This record gives sequence, C-alpha cells and structure tokens, in this order.
Amino acid sequence: MTPEQFLYHEARLLDTQRYEEWLELFTDDAAYWVPLEQNQKDPFEMSSIIHDDRTLLELRVKQARHPRAHARQPLARTVHQVGNVMVEDGADEVKVSSTLQLVEFRNEKQRLYGALVEHRLRRVNGTFKIAHKRVDLVNSEGELDGITVLF
Amino acid sequence: MAANEDLALLVQPDRVHRSVYADPAIFELEMERIFGRAWLLLGHESQVRNPGDYFTSRMGREPVVVIRKNEKEIAILINRCAHRGSMVCPEGRGRLPGDGERFVCPYHGWSYDRAGVLQAVPFGTGYEKEKLRELRLKAVPRVATYRGFIFASLAPSGSDLEEFLGAARASLDDFVDRAPGGELEVAGGVFKHTYNGNWKLMLENHLDGAHPAWVHASSVAVARNAPEPGKPGEEHYYDIAVRQMRQNGAPESVWEATGIWTTPRGHGYMGDYHDDSRLVAGLGNPAFEEYRAILAQEHGQEKTDRILRVTLWNTILYPNASFMSQFRQLRLIHPLAVDRSVVYTYSLRMPRAPARMFRDTVAFSNVVNGTASWVLTDDLEVYERIQRGFASGAVEWAYIGRGAGRDVAEPGATRGATGTSEVFIRGQMRAWLGYMTATPSTTQGPVQ
Repeated sequence: MTPEQFLYHEARLLDTQRYEEWLELFTDDAAYWVPLEQNQKDPFEMSSIIHDDRTLLELRVKQARHPRAHARQPLARTVHQVGNVMVEDGADEVKVSSTLQLVEFRNEKQRLYGALVEHRLRRVNGTFKIAHKRVDLVNSEGELDGITVLF
Repeated sequence: MAANEDLALLVQPDRVHRSVYADPAIFELEMERIFGRAWLLLGHESQVRNPGDYFTSRMGREPVVVIRKNEKEIAILINRCAHRGSMVCPEGRGRLPGDGERFVCPYHGWSYDRAGVLQAVPFGTGYEKEKLRELRLKAVPRVATYRGFIFASLAPSGSDLEEFLGAARASLDDFVDRAPGGELEVAGGVFKHTYNGNWKLMLENHLDGAHPAWVHASSVAVARNAPEPGKPGEEHYYDIAVRQMRQNGAPESVWEATGIWTTPRGHGYMGDYHDDSRLVAGLGNPAFEEYRAILAQEHGQEKTDRILRVTLWNTILYPNASFMSQFRQLRLIHPLAVDRSVVYTYSLRMPRAPARMFRDTVAFSNVVNGTASWVLTDDLEVYERIQRGFASGAVEWAYIGRGAGRDVAEPGATRGATGTSEVFIRGQMRAWLGYMTATPSTTQGPVQ
C-alpha cells in the first residue's frame, strides 16, 4: 500500500464510522495532536484542541459509542476529503503532508473544517501504522462550536 | 413588554418564564441594563504587564481594548473610531511600544494614543478645530482591579467593585492565595467556543450539582475504564483530567453534601466537591509536595494548611465570569444574541510553583474545558437543546424549585439546604430582575 492509499483508507474508515478499525492504524506509542495555536511547538505547556496518546484516543472512541454521549449520538456523518499528498521518505518513518477538508453533518447542522495534516507513518508488515498525526485547523484560534468529530 | 411590572412577572419564586431566555427584546434590554451596568470581569493584569500592552475583548456586545496606559493605570477603550465608527484596533493582542505609537483607524487614518486621545487627523483642515477637540476613543467610565483581576463597568456610577463582589471575594482570594507570592499569569492559549444558546445557561449550569451524573454520563463511564492514575511521580499526563471526569460520577450523597452559596448580586460558588487528595495527582505527588513546601516557606505551615483546605469549586461572578480557583481556569462569556454565545477559556500559571503543575492545568483544560473536550461538548449539546425547548410557546415556564423554601441565611450569602439546591439559579434570577427593573437614574445594579 502506498502512503497515499493508506491515507485514503484511513479517511474511509472514519467516514464509514469504523472507528475501532481506525484505532488499529495507530502504533501503541502514537500521538494524535490538534494544536490550538498556529505553529504551536509544544502540547504540554500550551493547550490543544486535542492532545491524545493511544489510550486517550481509545477512550474518545469509546465515548462516541456510549448511548448517553449526548453530543455524539447520533454519530455525525462525515466526508474526509484528503488532498495535496506529498511523501517524504525516511529511514524508519515516512512523513506525509496533506490537506483535509472535512464536512460534518449532525442534528440538522453542517460544518466545514479545513486543515493542514502531517502523518508520520511507520512501516509494519508491508503496510503502515500511524506513529504521529498532527492536524492544524485553519481556524484553530477562532471561535469554534464544540468539536466531536475525529479528524 | 419592557414595563418593569411585566418583567417582574417573568421571575417567580420557583419558576422562570421561557421568554427570559428566548425573547430578542428582553436580550436587548439585558445588554443595556445588565451588561451596561454591572462590573464585568475582563482579564488579568498579566495580560497587560508593560505600558502599551493591550488586548481586545467585549463588554456585552461592545468591542473594547484593554490597555496599560502607564505603570499604574489600565484604560479600557471602546474600540470604535469617533469619526465613522470603524474598529481602530484589530482583534487580538499586541503592544503600542513607544509613547508615540498610535492606534490608527484603517478608514481615514485618524490616530489615537494609549489613553484614547485623538492625536492626528489627516486632511484636518476640513474640520472645525473645536469639534475635533471633543472627539476621542470613548473610555469605559469605571475600571478597577481586585488582586490582579481586571473589572470594568459601562455605567458611570454604581456600587464599588468590592461591594459588588461581596462574599464572592473569597473565591478570588482562594485563587490568588494558592499561588506562591500571590503571582499568577494568563498562559497556555485561549479556547474560544460558541453555542446556540442563551448566555445565562452557562452560568446556571456551572453550579448545578445534579447535572453531571446525566449530562456527563458518557465521560464518567470512559474515565472509569481509563488506566488507574499512576503512582506518585509516575502519573500519566492526563491523570488529573481522568480524576475529574470520575468525580463527576460521584454518588448523590457527595453532591448533596457539597455546599452551594449565592450572593445578593447573583454570584455563586460551590463547595467541597473536590479536594487536592482526590484531584491533584495525589498528595504524594513530588511536584505537589514541592509546591506545599514553597507555600509553607512563605506563609508557615498553619496558614498553608488553611489555604489548601479551602475547597471552592466553580465560582460564578454574575453576569459574565466563571472560574475554578483550584485549577486556575477562567471562563468569560460574551453574549452575541439571545440564542448565541461565545465563551473564552483561559488558564493561569503560577510562575513560582513547580513547572509540572502548569502541565496539569493544561491537561485538565484540554480534557475538561477545551473545545473538543469529553465533558464540555456534552454541556454545549444540552444548552442547545434547552434553547430549542424554550423556543416553543406551548409550555411557558421553567421550574427552578429544587430546595426552595429551605435556604439558609449566612453572612453575605445564602446557602442551599443541600448541595444540589437550585438556590443559585434563584439567586441569579433575583439579581437579573434587580438589574432589569432598576430605574435608569439609579444605576446601582440589583436592589437588595
């Protein structure tokens, strides 16, 4: 699988609400980061919209499945449109830069997000696992509705 | 509507009329009579440390610039050019570094100094000089600070800040006393989240001890399945947030035993729902031990114990602020429309405490109060559902009678009979009615 195909596969899992399978794409030591500020350097001294390790990411998916997750049930329908994929091969990891347009529909409301995305993919058994995913929303510093989708 | 006797019908001892949350005409009156009169919390002195430092904010719907004029004084200017009304300062924060630096209006280049005084007008010969002398950026008439927190009022007269704060001063004292050297600074970024609901819904929810078991059921459930918090010194970075989410699932007996108070101005605070042993990565945590030692060196052991024994949870300063003194979270609400609000969430750092403590604050803020929080998002969903419910005219009243008739009078405040009493909503509504029906000549805020 090429890195580009891998990103499409990831997007498809999210858009078909196969979140548990999506989780399996991540390494055990993965980080999933949606910074609050543009060009943010650090997730510990500065707040983030999401800063999850693999454990928290799993809890995030479990919450979405909870019958009384008021802001998540019914689940949003989404389209993750991945574009501008650029691959930078490294020795152990592949760095992939892309853009994301995400359309979300839930409870009669449609929202649109745009982001610059960076994956660090690790080669595992002929495919990839996500070691690090960073999503910089174009409006991360703006006034946002509560976010319950996965980017 | 709008006659005071009509307004008085909307707030009754154990119920509130839906129009208080849903009527655009009432919202317009609120902007004038509540947000135009009350002291509003705008921020902290650390945001304007040096002369010329400024940040933009709102007072109700008024765009304002909070600026340090000089070493001693902070000014708050209405961010609107005296000429054709454009905002002169773009949203955000910045600095007019030199004394000669100006806010320059983008429309015709009128420029103003740190105090809002009009300094230059291009094509100035076309104007009457006398007239230009009268024009300036309007300064908000009253500005005051309490222990580093900046407040302002759009009304030229009224009660002073300390009287306004009343017994709720104890919560700000707790906030500051916990910081070594009494030093705090805004740090770590600002979350800005919106919701399609009335501004009062947030203020009511933050003191509501009966909601977490229901609204937050899903985050309580996942937190219970989270890995156990690590041993002292080996914690996960998010343990503090997991502890907090678990505590939201505390049994009814814990909530009933929690104190809840309201002041005559509608402020309110919640008591010992948490203490440090439950929440701050455990008392054996090395960073917390070091912090205790720093406080003990400053105050002595006895006073340190007393400072840390204060367990005030959420505090509401009516009508625009909510904060968690123990976890250094400050939320300011800006009403946009009767059914639309935006909330700015700040974290504060204690510069003289161990650095690890701010990491806890950041993790706590992300998970509990952040825009994609496990916890906050469910609150926002419920605010929106309430707003949709109140939009219907078939049912006119909301019921706020839990614990009514059993309130306990204490010095400076009223205590609910139990921790889940709705005494704080009744208190907020009494204050609301006071502001809304005060006659314009006596802009004193609520009648007491």
